Amino acid sequence: MHELSLAMNIIEIAAEEQHKAGSGTILSVELEVGTLSGVVIDALEFALEVSVKGTVLEHARIELHPIEAEASCNQCSHVFRVGDLFTSCPRCQSYDTRLVRGHELRFRSLTME
Amino acid sequence: MCDTCGCGQPDQPASIRKPGNPVSHTHIHEHTHHHGDMEHTHPHEHLHEHPHPHEPGQDPDHAHHFHDANHEHSHGTQIMVGQDLLAKNNLRAERNRGYFEARHITAINLVSSPGSGKTSLLEKTILALQNKISFFIIEGDQQTMLDADRIHQTGAPVIQINTGNGCHLDAMMVNKAVKELDPTDHSLLLIENVGNLVCPSLFDLGESKRVVIMSTTEGEDKPLKYPNMFRTSHLCVINKTDLLPYVDFQTEKARQYALRVNPHLEFIELSVKSGEGLDLWYKWLQVNRS
Repeated sequence: MHELSLAMNIIEIAAEEQHKAGSGTILSVELEVGTLSGVVIDALEFALEVSVKGTVLEHARIELHPIEAEASCNQCSHVFRVGDLFTSCPRCQSYDTRLVRGHELRFRSLTME
Repeated sequence: MCDTCGCGQPDQPASIRKPGNPVSHTHIHEHTHHHGDMEHTHPHEHLHEHPHPHEPGQDPDHAHHFHDANHEHSHGTQIMVGQDLLAKNNLRAERNRGYFEARHITAINLVSSPGSGKTSLLEKTILALQNKISFFIIEGDQQTMLDADRIHQTGAPVIQINTGNGCHLDAMMVNKAVKELDPTDHSLLLIENVGNLVCPSLFDLGESKRVVIMSTTEGEDKPLKYPNMFRTSHLCVINKTDLLPYVDFQTEKARQYALRVNPHLEFIELSVKSGEGLDLWYKWLQVNRS
């Protein structure tokens, strides 16, 4: 349930941004979650639903944008889509790859009234 | 579940204790507290309530919308934030790392599923090397002082973090524990994480090396099932090799699976019980000390 810790981080960042902006109601927030970030999107949605009550995000619309994972081969530099962390390069079959997209856990933006 | 941080029951906060000391209930997360009008209720329209798997090839811009309280068209001011959700933990971890580097302390984060033999490995290591190395130990468990009490028997300074219902240690907990433990310069700080191959992988503690331990009584497919942990580790210790004649575990297969996830992973096979391979582990520790 590390998703709940992340939900609390999201609320904390939103509160800080609201404070920086002076005041106002937060209408919506956008979050980016990589498909190989180690976070289950449904679990994060659930964690947010239960934890926003009584916070600055209670009435906000929350958008979770999944970021599809892409890996780059360290041997032949080929870039390809991956659904897990143990797919070999389709061009040279090497497992020596690194994730270039898909590990994101990011607070993209928020919209204030 | 703690409604502030999700780290455990509010009446069972994460606590830090030394063997022999009474319970100190320190809540070791930092929070911004928000107190809204709790009696004020709102109906929430949930636009997506069905399971929503994401396969490669799906539209990457497809977003989940939920918790929509009739703000379908928001015409406000958009503020770009672009902050990593783990930024606070990562920042705290870097602070820990800087402190360790300045004092030539080598910090090692030991992760595994429960029952792989982390604590037994620590006991044996301390007893074998304590004349050469100053050990300081942080034990992470959801409940009990049992592990800290075992380490205490070896004579090494130890502190127990009980996370309550929390599933991992984070950099803040380690920061507080280190302040209490006060490791000396040039010492070796061994941090035994909560037995869990999932959540601890996301939380940098400021360690210099991460060591994942698996044992021959587990399936050799663990690296594929829990890839994040093997991806982020530097060394994989395969423990309980004395049981190999009695179990179906294929060491070579386990290595191959782990190398698919992390081609740079090192391996040491050993048995804490028989002592086989421990010399390789001791050597690794000495070589990787700062």
